[in-house]
Amino acid sequence: MSKITHVNRRSFIKVSAATGGGFVLGFSLLSACTSDPIKEPFYGEVSKPEQWNELNAFLKIGDNGVVTIFSPNPEIGQNIKTSMPMIIAEELDIDWKDVIVEQAPLDTEKYTRQVAGGSQSIRQGWTSLRTTGATARQMLLMAAADKWSVAVDELRTSDGKIYHDISNKEMHYGIVAGAAALLEVPENVTLKDPKDYTIIGKGIRNVDGKAIVTGAPVFGMDYHEEGMKYAMVEHAPSFGMSLQDFNQAELRQMPGILDAFPMTLPVEGLHRITEKAFKKNEAVVIVGNSTWSLLKAKKALTVNWSINTSPEDSNMHEATLSALLNEHDNTLRKDGEPERVFSQDLTVIEREYSAPFLPHNTMSPMNFFADVSEDKARLVGPIQLPELSAGLVADMFSIPKENVHVEMTRMGGGFGRRLYGNWLLEAAWISKHIQAPVKLIYSREDDMANGTYRPAYKVRYKAAFDNNKNVLAFHVKGAGIHGGPVFANRFPAGSIDNYLAQDESAASNISTGAWRAPKSNFIAGAEQSFIDELAEAMDLDPIDLRLQLFEKAATSPVGEENDYDANRYANVLKEVKQKSAWGSETPGIYRGVAAYYCHNSYVAQVVDITLENETPRVKKVWSAVDCGRVINPEGAKNQIEGGVIDGLSTALYGGLTFENGTPQQTNFDRYQVMRHLDAPEEIETFFINTSEEPTGLGEPGLPPVIGALANALYKATGKRYYDQPFMNSLLG
Amino acid sequence: MAKYSLHINGSLKEVDVAEDTPLLWVLRDHCSLYGTKYGCGIAQCGACTIHLDGVAMRACSIPVSQIGDQKITTIEGLSQDGTHKVQRAWIEHDVAQCGYCQSGQIMSAAALLEDNPSPNDAEIRSAMNGNICRCGTYTRIQAAIRSASNMK
Repeated sequence: MSKITHVNRRSFIKVSAATGGGFVLGFSLLSACTSDPIKEPFYGEVSKPEQWNELNAFLKIGDNGVVTIFSPNPEIGQNIKTSMPMIIAEELDIDWKDVIVEQAPLDTEKYTRQVAGGSQSIRQGWTSLRTTGATARQMLLMAAADKWSVAVDELRTSDGKIYHDISNKEMHYGIVAGAAALLEVPENVTLKDPKDYTIIGKGIRNVDGKAIVTGAPVFGMDYHEEGMKYAMVEHAPSFGMSLQDFNQAELRQMPGILDAFPMTLPVEGLHRITEKAFKKNEAVVIVGNSTWSLLKAKKALTVNWSINTSPEDSNMHEATLSALLNEHDNTLRKDGEPERVFSQDLTVIEREYSAPFLPHNTMSPMNFFADVSEDKARLVGPIQLPELSAGLVADMFSIPKENVHVEMTRMGGGFGRRLYGNWLLEAAWISKHIQAPVKLIYSREDDMANGTYRPAYKVRYKAAFDNNKNVLAFHVKGAGIHGGPVFANRFPAGSIDNYLAQDESAASNISTGAWRAPKSNFIAGAEQSFIDELAEAMDLDPIDLRLQLFEKAATSPVGEENDYDANRYANVLKEVKQKSAWGSETPGIYRGVAAYYCHNSYVAQVVDITLENETPRVKKVWSAVDCGRVINPEGAKNQIEGGVIDGLSTALYGGLTFENGTPQQTNFDRYQVMRHLDAPEEIETFFINTSEEPTGLGEPGLPPVIGALANALYKATGKRYYDQPFMNSLLG
Repeated sequence: MAKYSLHINGSLKEVDVAEDTPLLWVLRDHCSLYGTKYGCGIAQCGACTIHLDGVAMRACSIPVSQIGDQKITTIEGLSQDGTHKVQRAWIEHDVAQCGYCQSGQIMSAAALLEDNPSPNDAEIRSAMNGNICRCGTYTRIQAAIRSASNMK
């Protein structure tokens, strides 16, 4: 630990190598209140203090005892702006009603992993956030002991107050917060016993709830500064095209239009994540005074594009994926002798599954504000990987990294789309070019036609079983454009003696990337449909077959490296079996079950559907979830419900098709998503009561429901559903 | 360009815009009212829902020239302090995930309850079907509307 001598109370820095991966307890530099509506915190019933005392980068305490907690990670709808501060508040031992939460800006000195992705915020923040709160509490106790001239261990805290029971004294944190801020940061602090928790596990409402229901300007799309210009871009209609020329003179004459010019972003050498997502780097930029003048100019635009690489279409993708399944053999894992066992006299079933490209369709299309000059950049908006984008901006414009300032707004949805930041780079490039602050907005059509799509996938499953109802061999072979879908060490790896996992990938000029629960969002549905069909062929209840396999993986696992805990997996399945009264029959109701593990959490689901005029209606979905200790039960349920609806929507309707390189669905008139009338009538979610460390929930609720739905549809129609979106087969 | 006097949330606002400008962009770009959201621009998603003389409408598809004297209510004007019963019910049910679609959802719900104070489930789903929520908060929205219909 090092302590830097302070100049005054508001400008010193403390650094501590606290537990939890090099986590930094830094001093918050003059976090001034401003009149900007986005930065102004919502005080609600809390009174504003005269003076703030910063105890560390995550919290400051007002002289009236009110606490501001800075939420480090970007808020994308996963509710970490509520749940991460809850963890700090718990260990600080403060009454939640005295807490104000503010979004921290990107600051790699003070915070680690300011990322929204992989459902990891809570899991990776669990220890460091608790330590932050506990350390601040300890400093308050030390300051109080000094003030009252008593021993620290004679003091206790409760709900933001310090008590010295022996002398019957008490005071709120605000009284000693100033003195506490001057103390050296203690290296070792004691964390609470979970049985004493008053905030964690209790259910706290979204801290931005009131801002959202009153229409406060909390999203990037709402950001505004005096003198700011508006910009839109027109990318090539098809992937693999270059810009030749356009009616520049005509556009420049249009009312409200300030300029129109070609953009060629230097994408080569970008970080691989951005480069992969950035296959349409050429565009026409239009800058104007208002969004409507830009939308009209886009309609008036005529561009000549030249073709660089041959345009792809959906038939070509289908053929490519089939060829990959038939022609190659890229083995990821092999246990036992699968080829030999498959050649024996056993019953073998083999099935193939497919799913198309998917756009993310965040409710708010891509947007970002940028103000870039020769030596500094200011960027405001919705971004899942702010640090990566800030680094790219610094590199692209040769600006020192410390001069690139990123503020993270609430995101109007992300689902992986806002990891990539290509629109952020475009905004920065435009701002630099026009030498003015600018807000770049994608239209819905721009957003859907210029995505970083979920790859198109196929997978083939094959299993062999004997007359004693034992699965003896299992083969999974996947293919994707681009990137295959197979996780070699996930279930059923470890539960079957002879196992083979293979995966193939084909290149494409279409941008692809992470889409909520990458790979799992396809493979879970396929695998769980196959297991269902396998159970039927073996004359076993589908839950019983899974439990039989988990039993094997738990007691005598095959192979060294299996990514899951078979007992936790079995537990969620048993829980959903009991809660849904699996095995009971209701006339007209058709049920399916599935379970999947991803992003460190376990989810089992039962879906009940009916058929009305040959259209499936989801009556109810039960979810049993093991995500370790639940931080915020109501928020946790909301995440699972959202995953369920996204999964059902994707499985029934989702799909982006290409003709001549061009996406065929570019707005909600042609791209169907689940709406109120199709949504499940009821979703009931149960969490396993456990003291395991908390894990994420943004993604794990989505993948298995696709399998459970497919299995329920089979019960309803007598037909198996192999190809997403299922509505195509239902209608056809 | 043409000048219009618009009745927005109980006060008169003068704007000078092209006559085909959709109300959505008048509100957002010229009146600093950002609660009405852009989602699709073709009246398919409901994120821009506002009230025109109490009727839920999609602001992205109404040119400013057609508004005349009709009274515009946006999410900012639904209540003085965020205490309209639909807003309270949204908080009570902790509806929002990302929150982007919710002002449109709330405006559709408020119009529904004005028209039909005790809607049944089918009426709720049907009235709300034009409002997409990509985060999938539909069951919470429907529960919040049921709660709001029981509030004073």
